[in-house]
Amino acid sequence: MASLITCPHCGRRPTQEFTIRSDASLKRPAPDASQADWHDYVFLRPNPRGRHSEHWHHSAGCRRWLVVERDTVTHEVYGVRDVVSDLAGGAR
Amino acid sequence: MSSFRLEPSTTGAEISFTFDGKRLKGRAGDTLAAALLANGRQLVGRSFKYHRPRGVLTAGPAEPNALVTIGSGAFAEPNTRATMVELYDGLEARSQNCWPSVDFDIGSINGLLAPFLGAGFYYKTFMWPKAFWERVYEPLIRRAAGLGRANHLPDPRRYEKTWAHCDLLIVGAGPAGLAAALTAGRAGLKVILADERFERGGTMLNEREEPEDFDLGEVAAELLSLSNVRIMMRTTVVAHYDDGVFGAVERVQKHLAQPDPNRPLERLWRIVTRHTILATGAEERPIVFAGNDLPGVMMAGAARYYLNRRSIAPGKQTLIFTNGSSGYALAADMEARGLTVAAIVDPSPSTPWAGKAHVIDGVVASVSGGRRPTSASVRQTGSSETTDTFAVDSVAMSGGWSPIIHLACQHGLKPVWSDEFAAFMAPEQGGLTVAGSAAGLSSTSACMIDGAQKSARICADLGRAISPAFSGDTETSKAPRPLWHVANPTGKAFVDFQNDVTAQDLLLAEQEGYGHIELAKRYTTNGMATDQGKLSNVNAIGILAEARGLSPDTIGTTTYRPFYTPLSFGALSGTHVGPHFAAVRRSPLHEWARKNGAEFVESGLWYRSSWFPRKGETTWRQSVDREVATVRASAGICDVSTLGKIEVSGRDAAEFLNRVYCNPFAKLPVGKARYGLMLREDGMILDDGTTSRLTDDTYVMTTTTALAGPVMTHLEFCAQVHWPDLDVRLASVSDQWAQMAIAGPRSRDILSEIVDADISNEAFPYLSARDVSLFQGALKGRLFRISFSGELAFELAVPAGFAESVADAIMQIGARYDICAYGVEALNVLRIEAGHVTHAEINGTVTPADLGFAKMVSAVKPDFIGKAMLRREGLVSQNRPQLVGIKPVDPSHVFRSGAHILNKGAAATLENDQGYVTSSCYSPHLKTTIGLALVADGPNRHGEEVQIWNALKDEYCVGVLCSPAFLTPDGRLNA
Repeated sequence: MASLITCPHCGRRPTQEFTIRSDASLKRPAPDASQADWHDYVFLRPNPRGRHSEHWHHSAGCRRWLVVERDTVTHEVYGVRDVVSDLAGGAR
Repeated sequence: MSSFRLEPSTTGAEISFTFDGKRLKGRAGDTLAAALLANGRQLVGRSFKYHRPRGVLTAGPAEPNALVTIGSGAFAEPNTRATMVELYDGLEARSQNCWPSVDFDIGSINGLLAPFLGAGFYYKTFMWPKAFWERVYEPLIRRAAGLGRANHLPDPRRYEKTWAHCDLLIVGAGPAGLAAALTAGRAGLKVILADERFERGGTMLNEREEPEDFDLGEVAAELLSLSNVRIMMRTTVVAHYDDGVFGAVERVQKHLAQPDPNRPLERLWRIVTRHTILATGAEERPIVFAGNDLPGVMMAGAARYYLNRRSIAPGKQTLIFTNGSSGYALAADMEARGLTVAAIVDPSPSTPWAGKAHVIDGVVASVSGGRRPTSASVRQTGSSETTDTFAVDSVAMSGGWSPIIHLACQHGLKPVWSDEFAAFMAPEQGGLTVAGSAAGLSSTSACMIDGAQKSARICADLGRAISPAFSGDTETSKAPRPLWHVANPTGKAFVDFQNDVTAQDLLLAEQEGYGHIELAKRYTTNGMATDQGKLSNVNAIGILAEARGLSPDTIGTTTYRPFYTPLSFGALSGTHVGPHFAAVRRSPLHEWARKNGAEFVESGLWYRSSWFPRKGETTWRQSVDREVATVRASAGICDVSTLGKIEVSGRDAAEFLNRVYCNPFAKLPVGKARYGLMLREDGMILDDGTTSRLTDDTYVMTTTTALAGPVMTHLEFCAQVHWPDLDVRLASVSDQWAQMAIAGPRSRDILSEIVDADISNEAFPYLSARDVSLFQGALKGRLFRISFSGELAFELAVPAGFAESVADAIMQIGARYDICAYGVEALNVLRIEAGHVTHAEINGTVTPADLGFAKMVSAVKPDFIGKAMLRREGLVSQNRPQLVGIKPVDPSHVFRSGAHILNKGAAATLENDQGYVTSSCYSPHLKTTIGLALVADGPNRHGEEVQIWNALKDEYCVGVLCSPAFLTPDGRLNA
């Protein structure tokens, strides 16, 4: 787990300020999607070895939801962006 | 003869301390270990398993033997390494793991049981009878084998945690670290130089003389003059985390006789750095031979430190057993001070030697003696028998050096075996450079040059090119062939001193199929003591490698993890102790409740007023019954400020609420409140509460106390991730607004006196929610006509800072109407009587239909959170546990929450379980216990008699299922 995360809005902050939710590639199905799609969305989570993108909440900071792309083995962080991609923010 | 201090000595002023109650003298600048040795006190502890006498083995953090308890009472600190304790006046030290004394220890009888206590003895010996393990064997073993004892008193000293940031962190202030710091300091980098010792110099402190071009005093003076260099002595870097974050513990005041109570004893640092130099030095390896654990057997480098730095001689007849230059350096130092070296024993003599002592090409077969060495048997190379026997009083050993690479291996990277250095070396990695003897160099000047040159390279990388503070050649000599152990020992030859693991134990582990390093570690406990195998691990790997005919490389190491050395719980907890263990949240009405006599209950971080005892009331039930009766008869006021309050605003606020609640919100008129159910995506209820529309695009939502935070997070996820196109803003205003419930038939009369507007039933009907002016315009508040108690009731929100004054005014006016303050206990009785649910019912397993809210769920909204999964077959089954009321058939019977429901006459089996009681209380109106329960098909079973079964409390009674609304719609109780 990374020790420091560079929030696009707040800059480099300790991991303890963030709360991790889960896989950021999951997309909420349409309301009329099949039960199977909904089941997968609500209950199935990958546990990949290697590159993974996750929703992180800067819960003790700007309270924006971010997408953190990181490596679960090496702990390298490839990038952090706001879930709304055009809200990249100024800080680096 | 024991160890002694050579006179005249150049060491510091005399100070006194005690060891096992005996007053002794030491010198300022001594460690406790040095002072004990200077007093001839070599036996300082007993070993873990066999209670063997043990003495000081090292002069540093790897010490496995000299573990003592420092201080007494609440200040007692067990398992402290005497080699790391700075002596101060009045220091109290006690030996451990011995009874009645360290000199005569009854537990040493364990040594006679040694044949039964070998590797894996736990698994072999104590198998039968099984029941004996917990009751007999384990307590016995724990008593016999042990370390110091923790005291159970609260620690009165202060600790703290903090952060530091730098460009370059240098771990270790030996020659390499100092030279690196000087170079980077001159280049203007922000440098932190940390060292666990109290003196700068590292292994230079072991030397008789400083190298020619390195004046320690001058280097230190220049470093101290540089404002960009921070030198942190007494600071052990214990952990290497991701992203260049290191953990370090600074012993701020542990060396002081009178610590300043206003300063911390220890400080835990998190250091963030761009680059790190590990100049952590190397650990000298013991040699595994019979009797290598006797007090008076010491590492050669440690003996050099005590001799050259503290003027302490190891004895008068010292045998040196070495396979490299370290033993010869000690011999030269000793002879220079006029001490006698009995002989130098070296299995591969190649070091040039011109001193007096005789060099024997061979090994020490054994050292014997009781509590100190008396003789040593030496076996010459090529001979299988003892060839020489020496009368000795001390032995120094050196089996080569292992670089200290712990911090380089805490990320799962494995060390790399090097035949050239006959040691495990640090794996390569970005952001971290290993220098000096940690990189395998041996001479002081080579370390210095290496540190300076590597530092200069880092400076250039960080854009601050500079020439190294020292330069030259760093050539190093090839390490001697390692000697893992002396074959065919004639007695116990220890590998792990602290856990009493011998070479024989490791060989046995290998024979029994536990030769894999991770298995051998656990089977023999090698490396599992508080020293984490600093001295033993590499020898153990070597022994296993030899036994299996493999290279140490193939055997590999065990896993390195933080921390490098043990940390005190004090340092880890910092200021988070006692009342500061967790944050305390107090309602803005806390002081009001306190002065009205409230008893408080902890609820999460909150302290909520629980009940308000009055004179003559001796039990909580008397107060609660009176509060409930008062609310139903006249009026009561209750602090509900802990509810979460979230303002939802924006053009699409209505649409947003419509999507996060399962019931319709789009058409809620301005000035109205509505009860809402929020679901999780899986269809279960997440939380409930009321949301009121204050203006066209502003709403205020209330959540339950417990889920205020999670609901906010959930709404933010919905707004930002699911529907970023909606124009909606969320603001938590829980702390900004105090909120109080005023309930009871007289509540309107009371509030009319402070609310400026007309709040009659016609003007302010049920579910009204408006901004109101209070006290003739003096204050603005928000008034809601909602009821959790089933009575006529209002909730009034006012800015937090005015809460107490407003509540005081309500109490004052309400006195005429017989108002009382009521707490969460009475609130609970009132809501159970009214059949209202809380998180006792909304327990994560219930759908809206389970609680009787099926009709609330919108059938027309195209989407809301939870809609899709609510259709699942299992969630619409008739047989799901659903909300009912329950009361005992005999009103005198009592049941409580958690009791299970069984059909009458059914056996208490899992298959027969019908559900369980979620809430219960005594209803002063119905004069009996009542409860809410989740029961299979409950709503269709009103009137049915059931068993209420609670084997945990041994409570059983017959109950009858009924409507959860014990209160009729007209406000009367269903008797």
